[in-house]
Amino acid sequence: MFLINCPYCGERDQSEFSSGGEAHIERPKQPTELSDDEWADFLFMRKNIKGIQFERWNHSHGCRKWFNLIRDTSNDKIHGIYKMGEKPPKV
Amino acid sequence: MSKFRINKTNFVDQTNRISFKFDGKTFFGFKGDTLASALIANGIHLVGRSFKYHRPRGIMTCGSEEPNAICQINDKSNLTEPNVRATEIELYEGLEANSQNCWPSVQFDIGGINNLISPFIPAGFYYKTFMWPKSFWKTVYEPLIRKTAGLGKSPIKPDPEIYDHKHVHCDVLVIGGGISGIISAKLSAKNNLNTILIDDKKELGGSTIFQDNEIFKINNKISKDWLLNEIHEIKKLKNLQIKTRTSVAAYHDYNYLLASESLNDHLPKNEKDRSVRQRLWKIRAKKVIIATGAIERPLVFNNNDRPGILLANSINKYLNYFGVTCGLKNVIFTNNDSGYETAISLHKKGLDVKIIDLRKRSGSELIKETEKLGIKIHWNSTITNTFGYRKINSIEIMSLSEDGSNVIGEKNKIFCDCLGISGGWTPMVHMHTQSGGKLNFRETDQVFIPKEFSDNRISVGSSNGHFELDEIVKSTNQTVKKFLHIQDTDLDDTNISCSKELEKRNIWLLPNYISIGKNKSFIDFQNDSTAKDIKLAMREGFKSIEHVKRYTTTGMATDQGKLSNMHALGIIAETAAVKMGSLGTTTFRPPFTPLTFGTIVGRSVGKFFDITRKTPMHEWHVKNNAEFENVGQWKRAWYYSRDNENMHQSVQRESKAARDSAGILDASTLGKIDIKGSDATEFLNRVYTNAWSKLSIGKCRYGLMLNEDGMVYDDGVTTRIGENHYLMTTTTGGAANVLSKLEDYLQTEWPELDVWLTSVTDHYATASICGPNSKKILKKLFSDIEFNDQNFPHMSFKNAKIDGIDCRIMRISFTGEHSYEINIEAKYGNSLWEKCMEAGKDFNITPYGTETMHLLRAEKGFIIVGQDTDGTMTPIDLQMDWIVSKKKYDFIGKRSLYRSDTMREDRKQLVGLLTDEPNTVLEEGAQIVYDENKKPIEMIGHVTSSYFSPNLNKSIALAVVKNGRKLKGQKLLVPMRDQTINVTVSDFIFYDKNNERLNA
Repeated sequence: MFLINCPYCGERDQSEFSSGGEAHIERPKQPTELSDDEWADFLFMRKNIKGIQFERWNHSHGCRKWFNLIRDTSNDKIHGIYKMGEKPPKV
Repeated sequence: MSKFRINKTNFVDQTNRISFKFDGKTFFGFKGDTLASALIANGIHLVGRSFKYHRPRGIMTCGSEEPNAICQINDKSNLTEPNVRATEIELYEGLEANSQNCWPSVQFDIGGINNLISPFIPAGFYYKTFMWPKSFWKTVYEPLIRKTAGLGKSPIKPDPEIYDHKHVHCDVLVIGGGISGIISAKLSAKNNLNTILIDDKKELGGSTIFQDNEIFKINNKISKDWLLNEIHEIKKLKNLQIKTRTSVAAYHDYNYLLASESLNDHLPKNEKDRSVRQRLWKIRAKKVIIATGAIERPLVFNNNDRPGILLANSINKYLNYFGVTCGLKNVIFTNNDSGYETAISLHKKGLDVKIIDLRKRSGSELIKETEKLGIKIHWNSTITNTFGYRKINSIEIMSLSEDGSNVIGEKNKIFCDCLGISGGWTPMVHMHTQSGGKLNFRETDQVFIPKEFSDNRISVGSSNGHFELDEIVKSTNQTVKKFLHIQDTDLDDTNISCSKELEKRNIWLLPNYISIGKNKSFIDFQNDSTAKDIKLAMREGFKSIEHVKRYTTTGMATDQGKLSNMHALGIIAETAAVKMGSLGTTTFRPPFTPLTFGTIVGRSVGKFFDITRKTPMHEWHVKNNAEFENVGQWKRAWYYSRDNENMHQSVQRESKAARDSAGILDASTLGKIDIKGSDATEFLNRVYTNAWSKLSIGKCRYGLMLNEDGMVYDDGVTTRIGENHYLMTTTTGGAANVLSKLEDYLQTEWPELDVWLTSVTDHYATASICGPNSKKILKKLFSDIEFNDQNFPHMSFKNAKIDGIDCRIMRISFTGEHSYEINIEAKYGNSLWEKCMEAGKDFNITPYGTETMHLLRAEKGFIIVGQDTDGTMTPIDLQMDWIVSKKKYDFIGKRSLYRSDTMREDRKQLVGLLTDEPNTVLEEGAQIVYDENKKPIEMIGHVTSSYFSPNLNKSIALAVVKNGRKLKGQKLLVPMRDQTINVTVSDFIFYDKNNERLNA
């Protein structure tokens, strides 16, 4: 059970949050220009790596804000948290 | 006093006599006893039968590792609990306990025959035997196995006890109240750290509390007396919270731990007084000190499971802590020095004791003392057999060969009524590994110990592999100092004297002249697996410890292998001639000891299990005989039964009334999202499939929302209240998800949009009035509004007042009838409803529930998202092409509608179905096929909605069918259990195809 430092509310229990999968997958600005494969890549393909992973999290039972979180999936260490639109810190 | 109660101690109050029942017979014990100590005091060792062979079994330990003495408590009441360890049950007046796994009694158990046929039921017996013939599994084998399987009986009535949860935060959590835990907690609390000390026993002290030997001294006090004083001291510390009778069950990430506290299990019925039984502590600790100690190991030899065979240190605890002796003629069988402490204790109480030691010789202080006392020691010897069916009465010993691989010389018989065994100690590394810590294997005494510490977690004392008293105290002091950044402590100059172990000799499976196939050397006492089973598994090709464990079930009983896992590993290593450290361990999983379901659930039972949402008109529905349906967390009126109608009759009446004159529905549960901002229109354009730019203020529009994969996600009517202000409605069940999905897009994809979303579902109550007379009723309610099609057309809205209260009227329809939805502030919901009923009285206004709503909309072919769709339906599949804008450049899901898969023509598509026999109503979910004879039968679709329509006087259904768009008029089959129903594909709009009634 993680302790997550919400950038808006501070440290809270994991049960207040929900995970939104891989971060930094931008919705294409011109979807109609994309081939089926390119669109499918955006729509379905997500990384599942062992190690440092960039994720989206939502403080769903708190301020309802989305933010980004850097997590090492091998030991669940959180290496950084930053707001949407911000550049990820160096890990 | 019984002949086994030989000693007075500080921990058992011998002036306070308690009566209890075991297997129906009344016995007496004292306050402070456990069930196990009280039974031993009464000379009772046989307390259960083993799981597989039904061998007589006795109390073996004094703690949570107990494999044998597990009881059914309070049988025949709804408070009954199976598999409770007698070693942990504190005695109270009126306690009733029964042995398990035996019939007709523990003394004479029919299942004992399994012991005689044991050569025929080896490990893997089930897998090998019950495979053939296949048809026997369901009819013969499974019922038979189920009958004999399982330990104890679960209660069959609801648990009447109260359970609780508590969240706590602390600077330092110390797990384990033995000597190292007490030292740690004191250091921590004295340094102004908010500290919690947890122990599963009723008192602190661990096993030092009964170490009553002049050889072991701290600052010139016998270790137990020194520790008693420390306990006395730490109880005064302000920063320290001590929780006894509390067992840490799980250690999760980020120092989040769960502990179960037992609050009233030790109290007699009349003192419980509806108090909380158990409390689950959810602890967030900045730092954790693991001081969980070690568990003594059994030795593995032939017939090592008889009643009267106990772990040596447990005998010491029964003697020095509870004041009872386990036997009058004792033998201690050991491979290490700790067994000698027990022998000396027994000797000092005037009891007969002999020692059998695997080692060739040793000259430690303890051994010198033992020899000085004249206790007979058989060096370099092992036990080859034990005798006595219901209790041990003698043992047979032989000498060991030089390398320990064989027995040599004569067999000697020794008479005894109690045998203490000690195979060394296993550090309790459960918490360390649960928290993600790794282990190292220490060859010298063959133990797994924590490999590394982190900044916020350490292990101390014997759980860290320190077994000598001086080492425990000094290393705990040093480690904790470093961990908590403490400079000097009282313990820095402690003067400790103790005996040091000089020799070690460990043999995991002791040699015997009887071949392994013919002897019974138990490893896992609770699951009855023997050394022979492990060897068999290895011969059959199982190599990984995880596989051997599952094949032989070693370590898989309720004690989770606390006594057996190391021996299984050791025997595998010995047999395969590999290093034990290279085998790794099985995974230590929570909970450490079993938790009750009550503790896990806490207060979330009955009406607290989930939130119940009720509309402001709920009480009116109750008074008017509504049956309710759960929609998400909402209670929605399902139908209103009049004059003992059944559901079908009510729904038929309500449906007819709504179309003939007027019906009223409580639509308050529909999700409502208030949308504001200068980009609100653009936002709607992006989230709905249709265009919103041209919707003028005061108008409503139906919208369909997709997922990015093109599948229908939600639908509802959105009203333009003002230039930059909309009110969106969603499905009842989808409200929360739609809001968070929209928030997601706003915050992450389109942060440039000026849009603000607010959930107002609970803020407004909604009464929906439909039917040809609805306009007349509205006129009576709102005399100042002109209800004609010019002023108030279909799909438009008006602000209005009723009795001076603001409300919004939307002219929208989900039934196909001329209809209005009135939204008012929630607190006026019930008044509004009653006013509508009053105004509609002359028009037979009929309240209808969700079932009628579903029927009416199905007549019109309106879909319900989640009923007629299932996350695989595109708008095109639903034949709703009309709502998908071709002009808009983009909206959520648009691109996916042009993927090759979503453009396939043979996708399942929404159709209507009419049964050839108009009175036959299809079952929702029923499969639809072309041809029953061609096998395998191809399923081409299924029924999604089905009703008997009173307005059409026939059965109607919606269904999704492969290539359904092109199948109109096609005959299809719906095969059911007792008949096959003939159906014809039809249009899915069954009623008023031209929407004439909307404007009637």
